[in-house]
This record gives sequence, C-alpha cells and structure tokens, in this order.
Amino acid sequence: MPETILKTVNINKYFYDPVKFQVLTDINMQIDKGEFVSVVGKSGCGKSTLLYILSTMDTDYEGELFIHNSSLTNKTDKHLAVIRNEHIGFVFQFHYLLAEYNVLRNVMLPGIKRGKYSIHEIEYRAMEHLKNLDMQDQALKLPNQLSGGQKQRVAIARALINDPLIIMGDEPTGNLDKKNSDMVFEIFNNLVRERNQALLIVTHDPEFANKTHRIIEMADGRILT
Amino acid sequence: MRARLKQSVIAGVGVTFGIAMFITLLGFMNGLNTLLDGLMLNRTPHVRLYNEIKPSPVQPLSLSKDFKNHVNFNRSVKPKDRGKEIYNSKAIIAQLKNDKRVIDVAPKVTAPVFFNTGSIEITGVVNGIDVNAEEHLFKLSDYIIDGNLQDLNNENNTIIIGKGLSEKMMVKNGDVIQITTLKGGMIGLRIVGISQIGIAEFDNTMSYTSLRTAQILLGESSAYITDIQVKLTDISDAPAAAKEYRARFGTDAVDAQTANSQFETGSKVRSIISYAVGITLLIVAGFGIYNILNMMIYEKMDSIAILKATGFSGNDVKWIFISLSLIIGIVGGLFGLLFGFALSSIIDMIPFETESLPTIKTYPIDYKLMYYMIGITFAIVTTTIAGLFPALKASKIDPVEIIRGK
Repeated sequence: MPETILKTVNINKYFYDPVKFQVLTDINMQIDKGEFVSVVGKSGCGKSTLLYILSTMDTDYEGELFIHNSSLTNKTDKHLAVIRNEHIGFVFQFHYLLAEYNVLRNVMLPGIKRGKYSIHEIEYRAMEHLKNLDMQDQALKLPNQLSGGQKQRVAIARALINDPLIIMGDEPTGNLDKKNSDMVFEIFNNLVRERNQALLIVTHDPEFANKTHRIIEMADGRILT
Repeated sequence: MRARLKQSVIAGVGVTFGIAMFITLLGFMNGLNTLLDGLMLNRTPHVRLYNEIKPSPVQPLSLSKDFKNHVNFNRSVKPKDRGKEIYNSKAIIAQLKNDKRVIDVAPKVTAPVFFNTGSIEITGVVNGIDVNAEEHLFKLSDYIIDGNLQDLNNENNTIIIGKGLSEKMMVKNGDVIQITTLKGGMIGLRIVGISQIGIAEFDNTMSYTSLRTAQILLGESSAYITDIQVKLTDISDAPAAAKEYRARFGTDAVDAQTANSQFETGSKVRSIISYAVGITLLIVAGFGIYNILNMMIYEKMDSIAILKATGFSGNDVKWIFISLSLIIGIVGGLFGLLFGFALSSIIDMIPFETESLPTIKTYPIDYKLMYYMIGITFAIVTTTIAGLFPALKASKIDPVEIIRGK
C-alpha cells in the first residue's frame, strides 16, 4: 500500500463577505506518494480555495487536514510555517521571485530559512536542481533577465530545494505558451518518475490535466470524480 | 527585501541629521551653560559664612516672663550690628578643614574703601585674601590680565585692582594708589596687577590685597576675618551644609544655589530647549522611516507573500522589517554621532573673543559622553518604534489574498 501524503476529512469552507456562502462542501480526498494529481473545474468552483487550505496558508475552514498522517488543523502560524517550509513546495501562476536576489539565491532562500544544511550545501543542492532543469547557466542572473519559462523553472527549483513531500501548483502553466507548458509538464513528469514525487496541480488546461495520473474534477465546491 | 537602498539611505540621513543636530546643540548649549555657570559659580564659594547686619531674631520682650502669655507687638526694631568679624574664626576654619565634604577653605576680609585719585574719591571694595587658598579654590590668576597674583604674597602693601577701576583712575601696574577706609585710615598701596572678571560691576569696584595688608588697613588684629568661603566636593551638598554651619557656628551662611538661583534657572531652561529641539528632530526622522517602510511594504507585497508561502512565519517577516529599520537607526545614529562630533569640533574652533571673558578664546563645547549615549539610544528607540508598526502590518499580510489577486 502506497504511503499517504495528504488527506482531508470533511473539509467545509465558507466565505462571509458579503453574505455567508459555502465555497467547499465535504471535501474528502487523498494523495499518495508518487501520484500526479490535477484539479480541474470552472472558475469559481473552489479549486484554488481548496489548494490554499491544503497548503496550510488558509486556516479558516471546518474539517480536518492531514499531512503525512499528522493533523494540521488548529495549529499555530509558526508551526504551519515550518510545515510549509519543510514539506510543501509551491509553484504559482506568477513566478514570485524576489527581484533583488539572483536566481541561485532565490532558489536557496527556503533552504536557508529551514537551516538544516550549511549555506554551502544548500548552494550545492540549489545548483543541482538548476542543472536538472537545465538552468545552471542562468544561476547568477537576476530574475528580470529571464524569460517567463525560465522564471517558472527557477520557481520549480525553489519549490524543490527542501525535498518537499508534495509540490502544489496553482496554474503553473497559466502564463506560459504551449512549448513552455509542455516543458513544465515534462519537468513534473520526470519528478514523479525519478523521485516518486507527489504533485497536486490546479489547472485550467484540459490537455495538461489529461496527461496526469488522476483528475479531480470540481464543481460548485464539491468533488465530482 | 534589502533593496530600496536609496530610500533607506535617505531615511538614514534623516536620523543622522537629527542626531548630529542633537549632539551639536546639546554640546554647544551645555558648553555655554558650563561657561556661564563657571563664570559665576567657580568664583563664588559653595558656602559663605559671614555676619549679616539684621535685627536679632529673639527680642528681649519675648524673653520676658511677664509677657509670656501675651501677644507681643514689637515695632520699629532696629538691626543690630554684631560686627562684621567672625568670632573664633581660626577654630571654625580648622573645623571646616576637617569636614570630609570640604575641598578647601579660604578666609577673606572685605572692607568698603575709597580710592583716592586727585581730589576725587571712588568707592570700592578691598578683598583681603589668602592668596594660595583663593587661587586653589577660584583660580583667581585666570582673571589677572596684567601682573602676578603671587606678588601679593611676596611684597607687603601691594594691591591688585579691577580693570574698570584702573581705567577710571588712569593708573597702571607699578603705580601707587591712596586708599581711605571708612574709619579714616589712609594707606598707600602699590599696584602689582590688574584683574578682569568680565562683570563690569565687579571690575569697577573690586580690588585684592593680602589678608595681612587688609587687616593692617583696617587696623585690626591678624584674627580678623569677615568671610569664610568654603568649597565642597559636591555642590549639591551646599544647601544642607550651609544650614548645618549656620547652626554650628552661629554665623550666617549662604549656599551658592540660593545666591545664584537665577543662573540655575537660565541653565535649566536652555537645556530643556535644546533637548526639546533635538528630540523633535529625531521624531521627525522617525516619521520619515515609518513612511518609507510603509511604502516598502506596499511595494513588496508579492515578496512578503512568497516568503510566507515558502515557510517564513509572520514573526520572521516582522523581524526583517524591524531589523531593517534598526539598521537604518544604528547606522544613521552612528553617522549622526560622528557628524555631531565633527560639527562640535568645528564650532569649538571658531574664535570667540570678547572683552569680558579673558579666558575664553573659542566657542565653548561640552563633549560629555552622556549626550552621545542619549543620542544613540534615542535614535535606536525612535527607529524601532517607527519600524514596529509597518513590521506588524507586514507580518499580518495574508499571502492567500495576494496570490489570489493575481
């Protein structure tokens, strides 16, 4: 039986402004190690909201969330920050690289925060990740000197630096053209194959979703399949 | 996060300017204060023992047993002259010298006299002084602009007169002047020096001679002393000491604080003004920092969001901003101290020569370490507070809202 990375039990979420409105209803899902899962659905169906709850950044929900079989519900901000730092890697639609730092430093940042390895080791690991993504030549450039696809690759390297249990993506290919989208998909696919990485990607792109192992389709705050 | 260098530098310069001004202003103001206080206080004894002409505090009527239970009205009481002489002065001086609080004691004879020049008589005062004690306590030699203080000791029948007096009588060092006492005695004294204290009233009337010469002038014995001047290690003891001596020696005693209260007030007001201006400058600098950090947070929303998403907690973000403003505060503050010191040194070199202050050549500056400590402490405190509010705001930013907004 494969190892369970992420599990939710009866998650409900409401928005209160301007009126009480249920965004998510009874979300029960589970992601195992090595699974490549995509979440699809129309705009406003609650898929991004779900992702932020799963990522621990949004704590205002009912139900329970488990990562690696430990409950993350009602934990302190500090505790959740550590969990995010160590176990979750993020790739967003927008790259969110820090403009002041070069590529290498951007990749290293979560590692430095974690403080598990020495700076030299983090630097080495960051370079390895950049090499795997064919970005080693750009390591010392500033983010604004890179193309969109390259920035997204840097963001992926940053997500990988702490060897997370799961990588979450919020439309990571949303801003990219076909060629770059395929490339990002290939990178993700390689991670699954080579490192048995768990991936949870929210996407609008049916072509992208169809290539993943499992598609979770959402509508009106419920999981359909 | 550490970008926005230009704005940070500007904020830092604000702090630097504030601190530099604070240091300079305080140094200059207090330099002046010390100078002015010194002008008065260094030359006045901390406690002066003397006999004052005044009515006896206890009138015979109130001693009378017959009228003990009556309400007594005693009009037209006349003051009683107990004589200016302090009785038993040698014993008092000996006792004072044994007092641990006392640095030194200088006995003095003051006598009103007339200086004769031609047919004109100029009123003045002769101070018979113990030259060594006077020099030790009041640095009298600083105020001798011509001649030598020690000559009072070396030669008999010599006198040092105030500059104003010498100009009026048109006499110079080496001339002999005639002096008449109130009792009619007349004596010729040779001038061995001209003094200038810087206060016209003094320079126009004062003269100094040795204790012995003054006693001879007045026809009194060598025990005749009219004033005992006491200098204490700590001037703040003076009021208490004056009270104690009054009771112990049965003379009048006045402390420097009472005698020069208007100077104290002046100094205090000047200090308060300079502190107020300095602190205002720093607070303005603090608002500058607050503004810049606030702007920075709006600009850096995305960065804050991603830092939080990748595992930085609200506290970490808060510390980034607080440390940023602390760096501005410390660096700006240190530069401020440096510039403040430089500015003070420059002012210290500007010539400031006035007729009335013979010992002063340049503007006075007080380089007390205390001001530098206050300056840097205040810089750090204001910048921390200025940074605290933006930092708290940054720590509360919800990354979801920002990432969602894209």
